[in-house]
Amino acid sequence: MYTFSSKLKTLSFILMAVGILGIGYGFLTAPKDIQDVEKLLAAESHGGHGEAKHEATVASEKPSHEPSANHSEANEVKQIDETTAVVIPTSDSTKVDTTVVVEEAQVVPVVKKEGAHELSAEEEHNEHLNHVLHQLQNKPWSALYVACIFFMLVSLGVLVFYAIQQVAQAGWSPVLFRVMQGITAYLPVGSVIFFVILILSGLHFNHLFIWLDPEVVANDKLIANKAGYLNFPFWIIRAAIFLTGWSLYQYYSRKNCLAQDEANDNLYYKKNFKLSAMFLVFFIVTESIMSWDWIMSIDPHWFSTLFGWYVFASFFVSAITTIALVTLYLKSKGALEHVNTSHIHDLAKFMFGFSIFWTYLWFSQYMLIWYANIPEEVTYYITRIELYNLPFFGAVVMNFVFPLLILINTDFKRISWVLVMAGVVILGGHYIDFFNMIMPGTVGDRWFIGISEIASVLFFLGLFIFVVFNAMTKVPLLAKRNPFIEESKHFHY
Amino acid sequence: MSNKVIYAIYNDDDILMDAVKKTRAAHHHIEEVFTPFPVHGLDKAMGIAPTRLAICAFLYGCVGIAVATAMMNYIMIQDWPQDIGGKPSFSYIENMPAFVPIMFELTVFFAAHLMVITFYMRSKLWPFKEAENPDVRTTDDHFLMEVAVHDNEEELISFFQSTGAVEVKVIDKH
Repeated sequence: MYTFSSKLKTLSFILMAVGILGIGYGFLTAPKDIQDVEKLLAAESHGGHGEAKHEATVASEKPSHEPSANHSEANEVKQIDETTAVVIPTSDSTKVDTTVVVEEAQVVPVVKKEGAHELSAEEEHNEHLNHVLHQLQNKPWSALYVACIFFMLVSLGVLVFYAIQQVAQAGWSPVLFRVMQGITAYLPVGSVIFFVILILSGLHFNHLFIWLDPEVVANDKLIANKAGYLNFPFWIIRAAIFLTGWSLYQYYSRKNCLAQDEANDNLYYKKNFKLSAMFLVFFIVTESIMSWDWIMSIDPHWFSTLFGWYVFASFFVSAITTIALVTLYLKSKGALEHVNTSHIHDLAKFMFGFSIFWTYLWFSQYMLIWYANIPEEVTYYITRIELYNLPFFGAVVMNFVFPLLILINTDFKRISWVLVMAGVVILGGHYIDFFNMIMPGTVGDRWFIGISEIASVLFFLGLFIFVVFNAMTKVPLLAKRNPFIEESKHFHY
Repeated sequence: MSNKVIYAIYNDDDILMDAVKKTRAAHHHIEEVFTPFPVHGLDKAMGIAPTRLAICAFLYGCVGIAVATAMMNYIMIQDWPQDIGGKPSFSYIENMPAFVPIMFELTVFFAAHLMVITFYMRSKLWPFKEAENPDVRTTDDHFLMEVAVHDNEEELISFFQSTGAVEVKVIDKH
């Protein structure tokens, strides 16, 4: 039996406490209304290097509008309507300028025109402020959302890896099954928090999903056309079904695995085999829909067909990395007697392989859109390259170049500190990957990895550590009667 | 001095592995082992140094990506930077996504082919090469260990008979 070391427990509590404080700080310092934003923008444009920053925001205004600011888009349409309405009478009057009556009539539109023009300038300013306000108010929410979905999906990825190992009847991994079950214990906990955030979004506590705002939908034909799919009741029911389905598999597969320990035959093993196969089918369907619902719908004007796979690759490689890191930790504490460097080596190979797989999908999605350059699709990448240049390309370096050069060597794949270093970089890189997927649509050019973001990660990391290692103390870390356990104990590569 | 060698022939890979370990423990120098199929762990038991073929392949891959980059940079950017369908040809990095498929394929191509050729050269394999197996059965179901004799013929014969060899032959090698 593994005992949760008091140091680690204290660390997890500290992380959670610091995280909550930071998250609270993020919400408290977010601007409340337009006046706050106006002051903020004024301070930015008059400050030392604020001017350059302001110019940068102005230059980058266009792409940042597109994914998130449908208010202003709608407003632009209105503006154009007004100006055309004004222009038409003037041009009419030039045709017939003989009568005095018409001349008088001509004066009125001119005044109107000026008035309308001034109004629209002021309106535009207000729209801009409103837009920035929404972005800044979204910032702590997005930070929370990114960290929450990241840790939840990591735990889900471990569950998928576990199911695959069972169905594939892998001979090497049964000694790691209890470690994987421990990590997936976070899934139900993470799911609940995530579901609460989704409900809060539906109750208009934030503007993460602009299609949840009826005013936006009314003024946006593209979103209105998708309302059959993107509407709150259907969306939240889907989420409930997915999260429940995954957690049910997590619960029953662990229960069967424990029952197998006490059984005299392999009935529970076979049950788990069938359950895992069914879960994998359920998973691949729900995962695809999940990626549309929870990530792609942040940019409701944009769509991509391989997005589901791309998201999967991102959290799956993070999940395998997490298994490797937790295994290395437990091994270093002497809790995993039968795990040898060959098991670690296999995990490292998976980390390496799926890092390449992620890159393949990242590049496929990027190059297809870059090459064809269709405006309605390419805005997604223009926003990211112009506003998120370093995180966007930095993620490729962290998730591809670094693991490629480090993990290609067989000897390195057996060295703990090399793996820990590679693992930390991969996990960081995939957090940034999720950051890149979500932030541009919610905060646009107002992004920053500051207190809100770091605190959210720390909170969920603390919670993750606490739940995972607490779950591992409940049962022995070696499955007793798995048909492949002997093979796995003597696994040697 | 005559070049006498002992051919100890086995019919089971487990017995062969044991014999190899015993021979190494008795400090007899193993010249060669012939097997019909790869015997897992034989190289380790014989104490053969690990292969460096993978390192070669990595370097060949680096050559491949360098060739691809230099070639496309010269052709598409330096020599004749045409506007083809609006693709930016002002610098290599601007048009790089379009070059990546070729960079990838040439890296794999160079790594794979040059590594295979290196393998052939290092193993001295080519068409029309004369086969070197000392006993035709070693390609079917027998294992053969070759050990040099240094005036200890009798001792070696009894040693190999004790390791479970089905046949021990002393051959004059020219």
